[in-house]
This record gives sequence, C-alpha cells and structure tokens, in this order.
Amino acid sequence: MAAPSIATVIEARPEARPQAAVKAAARGLSFYYGDYRALTNLDLVVHENRVTALIGPSGCGKSTFLRCFNRMHDLYPGNRYVGEIRLYPDDTNLLAASVDPIEVRMRLSMVFQKPNPFPKSIFENVAYGLRVRGERSRRALEDKVEAALRGAALWDEVKDRLQDLAFNLSGGQQQRLCIARALATDPELLLFDEPTSALDPIATASIEELITELKRHVTILIVTHNMQQAARVSDYTAYMYLGELIEFGVTDELFIKPKNKQTEDYITGRFG
Amino acid sequence: MAYARDLTAIRGLIASHKRWDRVFAVCGLLALMLGVLTFTALFVDMAIDGFPRLSWDFLTSFPSRKPAQAGILSAWVGTAMVMLVTAFVAVPLGVAAGVYLEEYAPKNWVTDIIEINITNLAGVPSIVYGLLALGLFVYQFGLGHSVLAAGLTLALLILPVVIVATREAIRSIPQGIREGAYALGGTQWQVCSDHIIPYSMPGILTGVIIGMARAIGETAPIITIGALTFIAFLPAPPVMAQAPFVNFEWLFSGFTVMPIQMFNWTSRPEAAFLQNAAAAGFVLVLMTLAMNGLAIYLRYRIRRNIKW
Repeated sequence: MAAPSIATVIEARPEARPQAAVKAAARGLSFYYGDYRALTNLDLVVHENRVTALIGPSGCGKSTFLRCFNRMHDLYPGNRYVGEIRLYPDDTNLLAASVDPIEVRMRLSMVFQKPNPFPKSIFENVAYGLRVRGERSRRALEDKVEAALRGAALWDEVKDRLQDLAFNLSGGQQQRLCIARALATDPELLLFDEPTSALDPIATASIEELITELKRHVTILIVTHNMQQAARVSDYTAYMYLGELIEFGVTDELFIKPKNKQTEDYITGRFG
Repeated sequence: MAYARDLTAIRGLIASHKRWDRVFAVCGLLALMLGVLTFTALFVDMAIDGFPRLSWDFLTSFPSRKPAQAGILSAWVGTAMVMLVTAFVAVPLGVAAGVYLEEYAPKNWVTDIIEINITNLAGVPSIVYGLLALGLFVYQFGLGHSVLAAGLTLALLILPVVIVATREAIRSIPQGIREGAYALGGTQWQVCSDHIIPYSMPGILTGVIIGMARAIGETAPIITIGALTFIAFLPAPPVMAQAPFVNFEWLFSGFTVMPIQMFNWTSRPEAAFLQNAAAAGFVLVLMTLAMNGLAIYLRYRIRRNIKW
C-alpha cells in the first residue's frame, strides 16, 4: 500500500475545530530511569475532546512520556519524575508524591501497544475496571459494559457471545475490546500507546475511525510511529527526538509548514 | 554461492549430518525406555506379587499378626488424612510466599538470599525435616505423634517445591497483562487476587502434584516423628450427624501411613507378609496416580482458558 503524501492526508481532513479547553499540561517534565535521563524538560498541552499525537523515531521517549501520565513507571523501582503534569479542571499534579498513582489510574485509562485482554470472558474484561471501582450491581455492570462495547464499535460483533473468552476474538477485535475496557470507566483522558502497531491494515483503519469517533466525548493522547496515522487522526501533534520535545502545534500546521528543521526532516522522510 | 552449486557434495553433506539425527533418536529412545521399562517392570512385578491379596477385605481390615487377615485400612486412611493436612497447609503457604516474593518483595540482596535459600531447601534430606519436626511440632508445640504433626512435617518438606512452582508460573504471565490490570486502577492485591493467582494456577498445580507425589511416599520423616507401626483403630470421623457436625479429633490421633505399613511387612520373616507389602505398594501407587490424575484434570480445565 503506497503511503499517500502527508499533504493529501491533511487536505482530506475536515476543518480543524476551534480551540478547546486545556485538559492536561506537562510542565518542565523530565524522567529518569535510575541515573539515565530519558525525558528532558517537556512542556505539552492536551486539549479537551481533541486528539493529541506524539510522534518521533524509535527510542525518542514518546511511550515513556505517555506512561508518565498514568504513573506506569511507578510499577518499577528506580524511576523518578521531575516537573509536573497538571490535570484540569481540578489542577492536580498527577506526578506529586502525595497523589496516589492508583487514584491517577482511576481517572485516566490506557490502551497498550499489543492487545492485552485478560484470559477471562469478553464481559468480564470490560467489567473489570468497574469491579475495581466497587461496582457490584449486575444491572449497572451490564449497562456500562454494553455502552462501552458500543463506544468501541464492538457490540454488534460480540453481543451474542459476551461469555466467550476474549482470546477467541481476532487481533483487531481484541484491541477494540481493550478500548472498551478503557472506556467503561469513563476516563478523563485516554492514553493510546501505538494501538495499531500489532494490527493489520484493515483493523488499523477501524481503530483509527474509532479514535476519530471517540474524540467527540473523550480527550485522547496517542503515541504513534506512523506519521500518516498522526496526520489522519490528530488535532495536535508533538514531535519528539532524543527525549526532547522538538515541536508542538496544530497537526495541519506542523505537517504542512513545520517551524523546526528537524521536524521537517522527519516528516518529509529525510530522517527517521 | 559456491556452496549451492555442487549438488552431489551438498546431498552427501546433508546425508552425513542426518546420521546424527538418527543416532540421537536411538539414544533418546533408549534413555526413555530405560526409565519407563524399569518402572513398568517394578510395578508389574509388585502387582503380580500382590494381586492375590487385593480384595475389599484387604482395604477394610486392620493389620494383624496373621498375614491372611491383615489389611491396610488404618494405613490408607492415615495416608489420606496426612495428605489432606499437607495440602491444606502447603498450598496456601507456598502460594502466598511465592506471590509475595514475585509481586511484593523489594528486589534487593535480602530477597536474593531468601530466594537462594528456598531453592536449597528443596534439596534438604527429608530425615532432617523429620528431626526438626520432632523437636518443634512433637515436643515444643506438644502436638505429639499425631496426624497434624505428620501433615505439618510433610507440608514443610514440599513447601519449597510449591513456592518455586508458584514463582515460575507467575513469571510466565506476560507483563502486558499485569500492566493492563494496574492501568485500570487495581491495587497490588486486586491485581494478585483477580489476575496473577488465577492465571498461575496451572503452574502451581504442577508444583503441587510433584510435591504431593513426593510427600505420599515419604517414610523417614514420618518414622522420625514417631508414627506408630501398628494401628488397629480409626480416629473419630470428621463429620457427624449431630451438632457441631465437624470434629477435628482426627488431627490429634495416632496414625500410620502406607509406606510405614509396607516397611513393617517387608521386615517380617513370613513370605505372606511380603505379598501384603506388594499389595499395599500397588494401592499406594494407585493412590498417587489418582491424586495426580485429579490435579492434571484440574490443570487441564484451567489451562483451557489461558493462552498467552
């Protein structure tokens, strides 16, 4: 499949929508694996009900950055954050030592690179986040699972087999199941970590369509290694290189007239 | 490219390489047969010797001085009771310890030392556990020569096996599953109880099978803690018709187990007792197989749902 030029992709997009409220902001964020500094002094704004994409070559730190938002790095010893990530409207610093990472993960959801459904039924996969939040009512669980599966465009395919094992689904369906699982808990910010890199082109297209659909109600931050994907689905794009944020802006502008030479080299394929 | 040109040479080379395939196939088969045939020969020999003695009466009679009237009732009931205690103690303790080491313990030198010690404990001779249990359970805790003391001793003996199996099983769970559960806001305990433990159950059961199979045949530590060799009674049954319905007296009852009964009979001069020993051995192997069969069935049931 020949990749269309970025400019064609941008032109095919509907008009960029007007400015939205700020949902989250990274300020002076650095991140260390032990003594190794993986992220340096990042500043980034995430707008409400918009898709913000992080792009850059492998190893540039985009996934590391994403995983700061829901404090995934806290699961492993020796990791350290400097700076802050503010979540609005309550203006909480997600990285503050006084903020429990579990509280952060209750507010944000994450979809991973490789579909990672639990070896449980389709229903139990979607319901798990709700169960963690103490939901016991069968009725409420059923309603929310259905809503989440509809939201992830999976309901029609699985409504008759909710008790089947999630592993029996195809790769693309599994990833949509993981999206449903993430949506079920009504997250304030939805993090996608290269959600289509393990999928075939058709499944990828359906996930991209879903992301475009979701941004009407959900704020999305997505890491992608695929520039066309960033151009197709995102409203804002940040280009990262070697742990630094090189350029951040409205997707259309960043792709069509990047201000930075490095960004231009990367998106035109001269580098990366 | 020169390699690919000379087809005759290549074919000769492949043929000579393939000779080693056949050599190993033969060696491997011999090695396998050596193990399997030896066991089969022993088992068949035992079955032939003991078969004439196998009967309902043999299973439901107490031991006796007359070989023809002697049975293994107290021995198999004793073995069953001791195994029950062993499983009830070793599985929760072993799983808890394994989960703690993998999921909770900080990764530092103290944890490393504990890990090394647990692996080494699996190699400690069982008689040493017997001596420890004699001092600790029998005298210090005052449990006496009881089913409980024996069960605890064997539990201690197989604990390292269960811990190691639990840890191996936990390690085989992909990190993505763990992260997925944490990302939904789970606490450490929610992740362990809802995911880690259920998904590692097949591996844990494998460890339990190996441990229990070892425990059921253990004689030395049981003799050390003072199991009796001649038991002509059964403890009060654990379930009763009237309140309080359950009775734990059996835990403190004196007992004997199958291997001790066999050992006792083989040390008698009369040939008829040897026959009894063979018959008891046959029953013991069947008990082991039944226990393993149950665990393998459970493992199969659970594993059907888990694919990584």
